Amino acid sequence: MNTVYQIVVCAGIVPDPLQTLEPVASPSGPALKNEMMLPAVLDPWASHSLYEAANLAKHLPGSKVWLVSLGPKAKLQQVMMTVAQKVPFELVALDGPGGGFTEAAEVAAMLAEAIQAIPGLDKSKLLVFGGWESASRGAGATMQMVGERLGIMDQFQGVDELKIAADGSLEILERIEGGKHQISKCAGLPALLGWATGNLPEPKNNPQIGMVNMRTVMPALQKAKPVKFAGDGLSFVNVALPKQLRETRIVKDKSPDDVAKEIIEWIKK
Amino acid sequence: METILLLAHTETDGSLAQSAREALHVAATLHKSVAVSQLVVGLIGENVQSAADAIAACPATKYFGVIGKDFSQSRYATDTAAAEAICRTSGATVVVAPATSRWNRVLAGVAQRLGGHVDTHINGVSANDGKIAVNRWYYRQRMEAVLNRKQRPWFMLIDPGSQPACQSRSGTASIKNVVVELSDACKRTTVIGVREPAADAQTIRPDAQLLFVTGAGWTKKQADGQPHVPEAEKLIRGFLQLSRASLGSSKSLVDQSGEGQAILSFLSHLNQIGQTGATPRHPKGLSTCCHGEEPHTVGWRFVAERRAINLDPNCGWARGKADVLYVADAFKVMTKVNELLAAKT
Ligand SMILES: Cc1cc2nc3c(=O)[nH]c(=O)nc-3n(C[C@H](O)[C@H](O)[C@H](O)COP(=O)(O)OP(=O)(O)OC[C@H]3O[C@@H](n4cnc5c(N)ncnc54)[C@H](O)[C@@H]3O)c2cc1C
Repeated sequence: MNTVYQIVVCAGIVPDPLQTLEPVASPSGPALKNEMMLPAVLDPWASHSLYEAANLAKHLPGSKVWLVSLGPKAKLQQVMMTVAQKVPFELVALDGPGGGFTEAAEVAAMLAEAIQAIPGLDKSKLLVFGGWESASRGAGATMQMVGERLGIMDQFQGVDELKIAADGSLEILERIEGGKHQISKCAGLPALLGWATGNLPEPKNNPQIGMVNMRTVMPALQKAKPVKFAGDGLSFVNVALPKQLRETRIVKDKSPDDVAKEIIEWIKK
Repeated sequence: METILLLAHTETDGSLAQSAREALHVAATLHKSVAVSQLVVGLIGENVQSAADAIAACPATKYFGVIGKDFSQSRYATDTAAAEAICRTSGATVVVAPATSRWNRVLAGVAQRLGGHVDTHINGVSANDGKIAVNRWYYRQRMEAVLNRKQRPWFMLIDPGSQPACQSRSGTASIKNVVVELSDACKRTTVIGVREPAADAQTIRPDAQLLFVTGAGWTKKQADGQPHVPEAEKLIRGFLQLSRASLGSSKSLVDQSGEGQAILSFLSHLNQIGQTGATPRHPKGLSTCCHGEEPHTVGWRFVAERRAINLDPNCGWARGKADVLYVADAFKVMTKVNELLAAKT
């Protein structure tokens, strides 16, 4: 098979999951306390889609991966220092709010516009990847809206596997209820895939890949288009942390037999 | 006036899933609290009559259906076309739907097509003076928001298990058939099957009373300086068989398979709970050999009663994340638990 693919990965940035997050009110609506100070990472499920994209491109010579990312420029730059060492890609950066309280529809409009502006974009070669949900808004809505704007009618969410057959058709595994996967066959491109975890481990940092990527990452960041969101019509009545923590009873001195009995009683209750 | 549409798809046997009845409960409750509103039902599937009949006594005044073999498949192009047609024909301003994998794939796309907006993972809907508000979590269950919107149509995907099911009685529903013409472009994708473990190997049981979570400690060196993976596997398998619990796992444990380590053969990423895993709903959860770090425990948001077994009294569970922490060796405790369960059966 000598098909050449154009794989566009949409991935935002989110606070490192190990950080404690607290909502605060800001003039433009809810935000996170010290949002700009929190260390950020590439959105986890979208990262998996990036690794899957890079792996696909590696096996299909001539194929190329673009990473389209919308977030505050300074944060994007910080995250790219690590991400750029993982796999080869060309960055398309958009400078704007990256938090979870923005509107999926507005983000999708910006991402779709940026994708359409990629020089030489050919829909018959196009695969659009992303995460099936973000770790910020967690809505699973943005990618579908990007797909709609690009006119892509073959869309898949919760993808764990993509196989491309010799005839160019795609076989896709999507997560469905009850720990199962739906298997679909799609005749060809363009297609949009919102990835779950997939099957690839996180690639190790490779400074050589980093050096090559950085040649395009820095200029892309410099010319990142500034975007603003209106959030019209949406109002947050309240954003709050969950109610109090539990009062943990710590049982230290019971024998395993006694613990087992207590657990059985609790399970049966 | 709000036109509240309950939008559901039928199951392969033509029935309505529990999650659809839960969404109907939300739609009917909303209709009751919004003075000037009407409730309508839209159904999509190969055949929808028996599903409509099953809920015919609900307060809906109209039923719309998109039917045919093409609509039996859970496929983006045909599902968006069908949902769009029902929304347009019914003039829906609020669309309430169960957050099934099928609707999760398409309804944001339909909202986009209709110039509307969508909120997903909703676990509460209310109305005050005709003003509708929804509750949903942000940042992977770390904070909960209540929000409302001016724009219509407003699509609401209701998280399964978060609401009571509508118990409306059956009857005979008169369905308006909405015709959808499909181009060949809508049929480029075909659903060819479902991949699932053999029935006795399926460890994910959404209806189970208990979520049993395993952590990386099961594969770590124990007091004798050795790991005991085969023993761990036997204990966990035994417990799952005896208790019929659903199996969840920490990321560290499921990730080990990718790194060439000896691991528990029945675990996959589908079992992972947390930030980049699932957030299941179970009345009880028991964590074993798992540290209870925040990226893991955010996946426990909807597990009501929580207990943990860990050797470390300072693990995450001790800090208000579990109701009870047993500072004990999970190998020893679970051996005894299995003995007791086996003796009872
Ligand atoms: C971007 C990102 C996303 C993440 N997403 C997730 C996610 O979705 N889910 C998730 O789980 N994690 C996630 N993590 C990882 C998370 O931060 C933790 O590293 C992980 O949960 C730790 O797994 P663990 O508790 O099983 O292992 P460990 O931290 O290694 O803990 C093992 C525990 O076993 C105990 N133990 C050992 N032997 C015994 C015994 N015999 N009896 C009793 N206890 C014993 C030890 O005391 C220890 O507490 C994520 C991290 C990042 C950075």
